[in-house]
Amino acid sequence: MSDELIIGGRAFGSRLILGTGKFASNEAMSAAVAASETEMVTVAVRRVDLDAPSDPITAHLDRSKYLILANTSGAATADEAVRLARLARSAGLPPWIKVEVIPDPRYLMPDPIETLRACERLVADGFVVLPYIHADPVLAKRLEEAGAAAVMPLAAPIGSGRGLKMAAAIAIIIEQATVPVVVDAGLGVPSHAAAAMEMGADAVLVNTAIATATDSEAMARAFALGVRAGRMAYRAGRAPEYTAASASSPLTGFLAPIGH
Amino acid sequence: MSFSESFDPAQIRAALARSRDTGVDEVRAALASGVATLDAAAALISPAAGSMVEEIAALAHRATVERFGLTMQMFAPLYLSNECVCTCTYCGFSMGLDIRRKTLRIDEVAREAQTLGARGFRNILLVSAEHPKHVGVEYVAQCVRETKRRAPYVGLEIAAAEEADYRAYVDAGCDGVVLYQETYDPVVYAEHHLGGPKKRYAWRMDALARASRAGVRHLGVGALLGLGDWRFEALSLLAHARWLERHCWRSQINVSFPRINPAEGGFTPAHPVGVAELVRILCMFRLALPAAGLALSTRESPDLRDRLAPLGITHMSAGSSTEPGGYEHPGEAGEQFELEDRRSPADVASSLRALGYEPVFKDWESMRTPATVAPA
Repeated sequence: MSDELIIGGRAFGSRLILGTGKFASNEAMSAAVAASETEMVTVAVRRVDLDAPSDPITAHLDRSKYLILANTSGAATADEAVRLARLARSAGLPPWIKVEVIPDPRYLMPDPIETLRACERLVADGFVVLPYIHADPVLAKRLEEAGAAAVMPLAAPIGSGRGLKMAAAIAIIIEQATVPVVVDAGLGVPSHAAAAMEMGADAVLVNTAIATATDSEAMARAFALGVRAGRMAYRAGRAPEYTAASASSPLTGFLAPIGH
Repeated sequence: MSFSESFDPAQIRAALARSRDTGVDEVRAALASGVATLDAAAALISPAAGSMVEEIAALAHRATVERFGLTMQMFAPLYLSNECVCTCTYCGFSMGLDIRRKTLRIDEVAREAQTLGARGFRNILLVSAEHPKHVGVEYVAQCVRETKRRAPYVGLEIAAAEEADYRAYVDAGCDGVVLYQETYDPVVYAEHHLGGPKKRYAWRMDALARASRAGVRHLGVGALLGLGDWRFEALSLLAHARWLERHCWRSQINVSFPRINPAEGGFTPAHPVGVAELVRILCMFRLALPAAGLALSTRESPDLRDRLAPLGITHMSAGSSTEPGGYEHPGEAGEQFELEDRRSPADVASSLRALGYEPVFKDWESMRTPATVAPA
């Protein structure tokens, strides 16, 4: 049975989205992207040389294989995010935008108010909008109402590799969402990604954990497996968790035949 | 309270005095705490930590990769003017010096920016000596506007200014302001800044907070190593950077620790800083300020720059000239100081690639242009 991820009316065979920053070279980046089997990669508009005939980043990504999801990294206000999104679209990138509005350069926490404002304007402007947010269930609903195609709550501070620190809030977001939930930021190892998928996340986005691994290509493959395993487990329906032991074969089954 | 009001050199000296007796275990505890306090930072540059350089460097490398990945941001300085009304003992532009003086015309600024653009640079730092008449607010704003047409990121390293002036620079497209305190020791400061507006120690110290209030997104602090005791300067610089992080939370903080190089005045530093000390300062900053950009200029030699890159450096200049007009017409005006790394930007980039780093020439997009405020 097909298990495609549908965002903004488009189907994706992979539930792993890759970020393209922090790699040791563009060659290492494109090798990791290929190994991850992803179909969507995010690229910071600010890194793309929009005037150059062949930008070094986008030139390394085969557009027939990967949807390029431009992101507004660097924007601190809704105005700036809207401007970056429009720049990306007019430079020929697809009208898909990951909204990042981050006024805090230290912990890189997104601004919920400006993010919502940017999303409202970009949806009205015809973009498929995927906002990066703190794991805030009410904000997630507000963004859905504003027309976001997905919501992207953070698992832990970006780049920290600390795993699902926001699990309790992400569980509420997943439970309530009517659009895909992409867990983004803070996933450090494939088991973190698997855990997010087991919770019912629709997809995960990974960058630092792959880009800064000793072997980024192998780590990309490992994340692909982690995401697949987590998704498969979620669909298989997990066994309930008990605090007391529960034998897999009944210990007192022999009583049945001699019963009344 | 401003930073200049809260900064107390005696507190820095007291922390350094306590750190003289610090042991290896206390250094490890400081590292484990995330270098949370000034005492912890002092422990990292304490005599005892001198035997732990390799261990500290490994942590600094890891922290750099976690935060910044395997990338290096590339930028180039563009000198606007060497005309100066300040007398500073260490500077090649100091007022009394007999050098060829020049302030670029706007069309010359445009050509220099174009030359740098053709060499790949998308991040240009406009640098100028201090001359209220030749390098006034409107002139600087015009230079920013002109450069912005060719580079999405434009920084300023010029005289300390009023908040309203910084606002004019931001409106013109200025993304960052770099302003070194030079020395945090008020006595040493007075010894080296003999005349001109730069004499005002406290006013200079609070300039970056004014810039941040005016909307400047990137603030660069720094100390000119060699003027005062290196431990005092490093710890004071950290206190300044941390104050800015807390009070100017919307601005990215970058830190530099340039070492004095020979300049026209024939200046000899009283407290020369060696490579071993430089490494310890760099590692301390990386661990104490994991989110800060750390810049290294062409003042340092190619070999040393290659070796310092993995320890925490995030920003590098390359192919620099420190004379106004020096990219198009080298040798026609006095330079600020001598450069050690005279490799071309392409050579620096390939050297970084060989070290396993991606040189990033473009990492910014103009965030504020008239298009930003156009109706949706």
